[in-house]
Amino acid sequence: MSASSLVEQMKSGLDAPICLTWELTYACNLACVHCLSSSGQRDERELSTEQAKAVLDELRDLQVFYINIGGGEPMVRRDFFEIVEHSVSNGIGVKFSTNGAFIDEKNAKRLAAMDYLDIQISLDGSDAEINDAVRGEGSYATAIRAMDNLKAAGFGQFKISVVVTRHNVDQLDEFKALADSYGAQLRITRLRPAGRGADTWNELHPTNAQQRQIYNWLLKHGETVLTGDSFFHLNAFGEEQIPGLNMCGAGRVVCLIDPLGDVYACPFVIHDEFMAGNVLNEGGFTKVWRESDLFTELREPQSAGACASCGAFDACQGGCMAAKFFTGLPLDGPDPECVGGDGEVLLASVPVALNPRPSQDHSKPRKDTVSV
Amino acid sequence: MTLTLESACEMHPQVALRPEPFGALAYHYGNRRLVFLRHPDIVRVVRNLNQYPSLQAALEGENIEASRWTSFVKAISSLTTSEIIRVR
Repeated sequence: MSASSLVEQMKSGLDAPICLTWELTYACNLACVHCLSSSGQRDERELSTEQAKAVLDELRDLQVFYINIGGGEPMVRRDFFEIVEHSVSNGIGVKFSTNGAFIDEKNAKRLAAMDYLDIQISLDGSDAEINDAVRGEGSYATAIRAMDNLKAAGFGQFKISVVVTRHNVDQLDEFKALADSYGAQLRITRLRPAGRGADTWNELHPTNAQQRQIYNWLLKHGETVLTGDSFFHLNAFGEEQIPGLNMCGAGRVVCLIDPLGDVYACPFVIHDEFMAGNVLNEGGFTKVWRESDLFTELREPQSAGACASCGAFDACQGGCMAAKFFTGLPLDGPDPECVGGDGEVLLASVPVALNPRPSQDHSKPRKDTVSV
Repeated sequence: MTLTLESACEMHPQVALRPEPFGALAYHYGNRRLVFLRHPDIVRVVRNLNQYPSLQAALEGENIEASRWTSFVKAISSLTTSEIIRVR
């Protein structure tokens, strides 16, 4: 079977996801301006420890090899270690994303003693000024302290996870150097206009010239950094393909379980329109993954729509469904960051007020505003 | 590593196989590598390698036609890079 027919096979769906993200809680000690899940406050309907363990047992039976745990800040949950230990002891490796606030010396040692566990520390600037503007005052220092603790505890290779923005795109080399200095691995991902990011995307997303910069950087360093396959729209620049599968995995190889057990097509589309079901319903996660109408539909051949006549479509695949959806663009047309500029032209004609809003918001109430 | 028909090898004990319509996914819990095995026959050979004294014995035992052996040896050799397969 050739590589391309494998991709075709994956587009029509797998028996179980390869890459499953599970946001454990909407609670978070930070309030990042681009938070994909608009996190802040815990939701009282969040899965209990026992419910979470039952989901893990189901994932074990499906032979899901590893899960990506996120939030909110997952370590806020009092049963965080219990859930992670249950997962790992059932053969489901865990990679979790954290801002590092709870990785003190003691927790770093506990984490270092566990097998099949990867940690991703979020950092959106290689210095405090750039990082804290997005992630909040003091968050850079918090992340660095967590990394120091992990290093001192002998955790081994953790990951530093960066969302590339207009303001940190010039720091890619510095991020790489920072990761190298800790023996860590760098991961860079694309900024999506989801969650609170829907409100900040316009100011934060890289310019077209900067996208070319990211593409060139990835051609040079792509084999040594992780990207979560998130920059495939840049392949339309053309000369060479950046490493990865070059396809949208939503509902095909990827999905998201939110803190309430709702299953979405991917971590970037927490919206009713992309919710396939709930793990607590009859048939559980398995039925949602294998039989839900939404996922079945996403596995059908997708129309290229307005992009059909573009010579770059094979390279970029029309980009990211979530990015189009939350910027109000049709799903069968160009990505808002289409490197050919087609998205930008379309965006100008979409009244921002009509863009779909994220379906949920767990942001903490802002102290400087009054609700009326 | 290039294997031959005489090589004695096995699937790494930290590897798990998950059947899929196209064959199987192989995941190495140690190095976190995920590899696609793109045919049910290769899945069967990989899974049972450790029961045979040599690669040739495995191919014979799993009823793989001799005309396909060269491509199987090549495919299984390539799986040593990701350590899905190792020499015993």
